Amino acid sequence: MSELLEAKEPFRFCTRLNLTELTGLRASTLSQLLALIKEVPGACIYHHTHRFLQQHQYISPEPPNDFAYWVTSILGEGGLGERLMSIDTIQFPTIHSLREKIAKTIEDYLRDNALANLKFSAEGEEFHFLKSVSFVLPTNYVACNLKEFTDILEKITIDSIYFHIFEARLRIGKGDNDFSNWIECSIGNKKLADAISRLDPYTYTLEDLRKTVIEIVKKDIHI
Amino acid sequence: MNTTKINEYAAVVGQPIIDDLKLLSKRLKGKVIQNINSTAVGGGVAEILSRMVPLLRELNIDTHWDVIKGGRQFFDVTKKFHNALHGRPEEINQRDLDIFLEISQNNIEEMDIYGDIVFVHDPQPIVLVKKKKENKWIWRCHIDVSSPNQMIWEFLEDFIFNYDAAVFSSPAFSPKLPIRQFLISPSIDPLSDKNRELPQETIDGVLRKYEIYKSKPIITQISRFDRLKDPLGVIEVYKQVKRYRDCQLLLAGGGASDDPEGKKVLEEVKDKAKHDPDIHILLLPQNDIEINALQRASTVIIQKSIKEGFGLTVTEALWKAKPVVASNVGGIPLQITHKYSGLLCNSIEGAGFAIKQLLNSPEYAKKLGENGREHVRNNFLLTRHLKDYMLLFLSLYHREDVVYL
Repeated sequence: MSELLEAKEPFRFCTRLNLTELTGLRASTLSQLLALIKEVPGACIYHHTHRFLQQHQYISPEPPNDFAYWVTSILGEGGLGERLMSIDTIQFPTIHSLREKIAKTIEDYLRDNALANLKFSAEGEEFHFLKSVSFVLPTNYVACNLKEFTDILEKITIDSIYFHIFEARLRIGKGDNDFSNWIECSIGNKKLADAISRLDPYTYTLEDLRKTVIEIVKKDIHI
Repeated sequence: MNTTKINEYAAVVGQPIIDDLKLLSKRLKGKVIQNINSTAVGGGVAEILSRMVPLLRELNIDTHWDVIKGGRQFFDVTKKFHNALHGRPEEINQRDLDIFLEISQNNIEEMDIYGDIVFVHDPQPIVLVKKKKENKWIWRCHIDVSSPNQMIWEFLEDFIFNYDAAVFSSPAFSPKLPIRQFLISPSIDPLSDKNRELPQETIDGVLRKYEIYKSKPIITQISRFDRLKDPLGVIEVYKQVKRYRDCQLLLAGGGASDDPEGKKVLEEVKDKAKHDPDIHILLLPQNDIEINALQRASTVIIQKSIKEGFGLTVTEALWKAKPVVASNVGGIPLQITHKYSGLLCNSIEGAGFAIKQLLNSPEYAKKLGENGREHVRNNFLLTRHLKDYMLLFLSLYHREDVVYL
């Protein structure tokens, strides 16, 4: 049984703690939003497409990225909001490519809806660009096999799950989540690694994601 | 000072969060943190520091808290600054600026600066940065500076620019600055006397003491008697509701030693409320258990601020799962998503309408309160604040967007 297989390399769980940096940059119109999306640091794009994952851990009414929320709720451009909301973040391997997709979506909409650019946000309702600063720390939790891995997953913070699933793939640029990388390379279970890679983590709350990964692993190792 | 131990918070937020705080604190070993503000008691800043400092110490971070000396003249001027930074019209003349600089200079001469990180809270001690040497300085602005009086802001900028970093409570307060600036929301302590669970007998006892009746809905605003909290506007709101629903209004709050305007506002409020036995005006300096009991006994909590740095009384009410009607200003919209975790309003009429809705729809009101409590649990408790402050201190030594510790 694969749960008894010792990993070639143990998996050390890290945690990621976030501090939000302010930029003082703000947009009142779609044109201003677009111009700033093109020039702000990647850490800003990352923040506004991932903030909701950690701040709204329970069922939340907010669309899953800040651009979509602002365009819909403040400018009243629901059509564009829906297009931004449905950008499939998991399909983008880098922040750079995600930024280009967001910018192009707004450009295309403005081309077809020129009047949308005449709308201003009310005073105090501007879009404020923020940045995520991540602090990554190794925890004391280390797994040498899949049984230990699921035991730790059950008790680790959601910040740790967030780091290994989201941040490792898109921000650190590893191409896949850390769990799948380890399961494939150190445990040698590609089928299980692929099953976790196939999840769209953006459509889960972090607690649901924890439960889902544990279930997939337990099912595979029959515990 | 807080005597609660860090491990006691595990019952509220879970042990893994506490483990992360302990991990993080090890990275600050050897650093001395010196907090400086203008009052040891009263107001949100002193309250937060009195909870944070002992916990940071328990985490083995060498943390201290010093208070500058002021006096009546100085605090009269800084109160004017406070109002002007909130965008209220204030006449501030050269004499005021001279008093501010002169008392600040006395503090510069008298105060010992020993921190590796000097953490200055609000404008009153801001000039101390003139003593900056090789150490790191942070300016923490607790005020809503979204539309400040430009003359005062520019006067303060000369000092702000010398800090290593600034901290604001809302993105809307963030100006363009040549120094790094961070967003850190304040927090409440779920285990403090003001927020912990209370036995029903305690709540009933407080109501009896102040002759408040459970038979009529209780609408409450807990705030200092300050024009920016609009207590006179709250009475107007109450009158609008009272036309349709028999209810009581409770205006309760303490005073801060750096707020000389409070007495005058309190007199105006008493005058406006006279002849109505259902309006209860209570001056409760530092009586946290009574404040807690009054919040818990309330049917609806209102916070009709004209400007608000963050609005910790809103956080307190949400944590008690109370339906809240609050102005859409400052840090309040960070806490309340309209129609989801409370109701936001922009006027007396809007607030009156929202309160009537809540009184007439108790199930809806209950749901809003429950959502609000979970939002506070995830984002506005002291443990998150401790984490943010430790990260802030560490950020002074790291410029990267991803920091490996």
